[in-house]
Amino acid sequence: MARMKFLLDAERCIECNACVTACKNEHEVPWGINRRRVVTINDGKPGERSISMACMHCTDAPCAAVCPVSCFYTTADAVVLHDKDLCIGCGYCFYACPFGAPQYPRVGNFGSRGKMDKCTYCAGGPQADNTEAEYIQYGSNRLAEGSLPLCAEMCSTKALLAGDGAVIAQIYRERVQKRGYGSGAWGWRTAYRETVAI
Amino acid sequence: MRALFLAFALLVAAPLAGHAQTNPQVSGTPTSPTPMMPPVADELEVLKALQGGRVAGRISIPDERAASLIQPGGRSWREFHNVTLAWVGGVAVLGMLALLAVFRLTKGRIPVEGGLAGRTIQRFNTLERANHWMVASTFIILALSGLNLTFGRHVLLPVIGPEAFTAISQWGKYAHNFLAFPFTLGIVLMLLLWAKDNIPNGRDITWLKQGGGLVGHGHPDSDRFNAGQKGIFWITVLGGAAVAVTGYMLVFPFFFTDIAGMQLSHIIHSIVSVLMIAVMLAHIYIGTLGMEGASDAMTTGQVDLNWAKQHHNLWAARELAKGRGAAAPADAKAAGAD
Repeated sequence: MARMKFLLDAERCIECNACVTACKNEHEVPWGINRRRVVTINDGKPGERSISMACMHCTDAPCAAVCPVSCFYTTADAVVLHDKDLCIGCGYCFYACPFGAPQYPRVGNFGSRGKMDKCTYCAGGPQADNTEAEYIQYGSNRLAEGSLPLCAEMCSTKALLAGDGAVIAQIYRERVQKRGYGSGAWGWRTAYRETVAI
Repeated sequence: MRALFLAFALLVAAPLAGHAQTNPQVSGTPTSPTPMMPPVADELEVLKALQGGRVAGRISIPDERAASLIQPGGRSWREFHNVTLAWVGGVAVLGMLALLAVFRLTKGRIPVEGGLAGRTIQRFNTLERANHWMVASTFIILALSGLNLTFGRHVLLPVIGPEAFTAISQWGKYAHNFLAFPFTLGIVLMLLLWAKDNIPNGRDITWLKQGGGLVGHGHPDSDRFNAGQKGIFWITVLGGAAVAVTGYMLVFPFFFTDIAGMQLSHIIHSIVSVLMIAVMLAHIYIGTLGMEGASDAMTTGQVDLNWAKQHHNLWAARELAKGRGAAAPADAKAAGAD
């Protein structure tokens, strides 16, 4: 089985937000929830880079570690998913997540935020693959169809890569070697406790 | 000469100008990450320069929290929640239970010396008792639902299964959120009702030195509340205030503060809570199992006179004096008049 990861090559990201739009459309994500977003650091200054960020599907995921009801699980492809029927919307995963990935349908109102929602790596949830129940709760399950996450598939500059960690790391490594520079695989050290050695 | 001066001036001004250009806050840029973002794009360099601070930038969606790219603080919070809190809470609660069990087995129940007098004296009026039980009952539910969030996953979940555990935790969360309000109200009322009798004074030092209450054998002078009870009172009021304030921060997420503030609120809330639970276990023990005659004070409100003289001699003497000095009711007859 593959170890699925995301890799963002910040030298290529042009902040077009196509990944965000693709994600929203594919899973019919409601207003106010952003499973993926693009953050621009050092905006208008030297060292400006845009980074598309979603759940990184961490090794030893912090969300899973702190969840009071233990609603997270890791698939055979190392994708971190959660069971919305078990989630109580406490918000602990958001406090622990380094990437701000967990999202909640409502704000405040005595903490009744509703069930947490996050990037599923286009792999649905615990319901049977590609059923209506799964689609309503988690969005489409492209992985079950043999496709990769749509955000990366639709990335016009191929800044955002999704797939087996070893494969996408090799693609990135070759790019950096050819161009002669790179700003690191953003989030990898935090999520996977490793960087891409060039 | 003039050209040289100009060149020099430019040289001095250049970094200043550069600084001025980079500093102005672009609207929509979050001001929270301290120290400043370094002018580099490499992830490792940025993380190193921020020394554990948050990596944040500009975002085109309205949700300000989304502008935070990486918050390493989450790792510390996870460590706190899973390790520190579990240990502190576990040791405090189980340690206190073990201590009380040992106490009960070695020392037994503290009796009323000379037996019960049979005559009683009013210790707490209806308002005081009603308020005490409002705080007590809400505290117990808040404590159990709170402990469930930290320990339930390891203790209860394997026993009752995920669906039932989620149902219990969900209801526990609602109870925790809404019962916070009567609990807070009760704490405020407690402060108003009992603060005047709980101001520490010199007698408390003597009482502690002589080891009153549970530990010692002496009977140091005590007014309405002894030093131990004053301790319980201030732990309840001040600890209650701390958990109330931090609790409302958590109940209205991100309304008052950012992610770091939410994490800190949770840390204060949970640590103060588990320590209060341990203290309240001792309070419950001495009020019921640990001491003969003590529970009457909060049930009927009437305590035995000998109990009152033994544990609160100054207060009992004052209350009795009040009774002697009081004018007799108009229809009262002198003893032996009929």
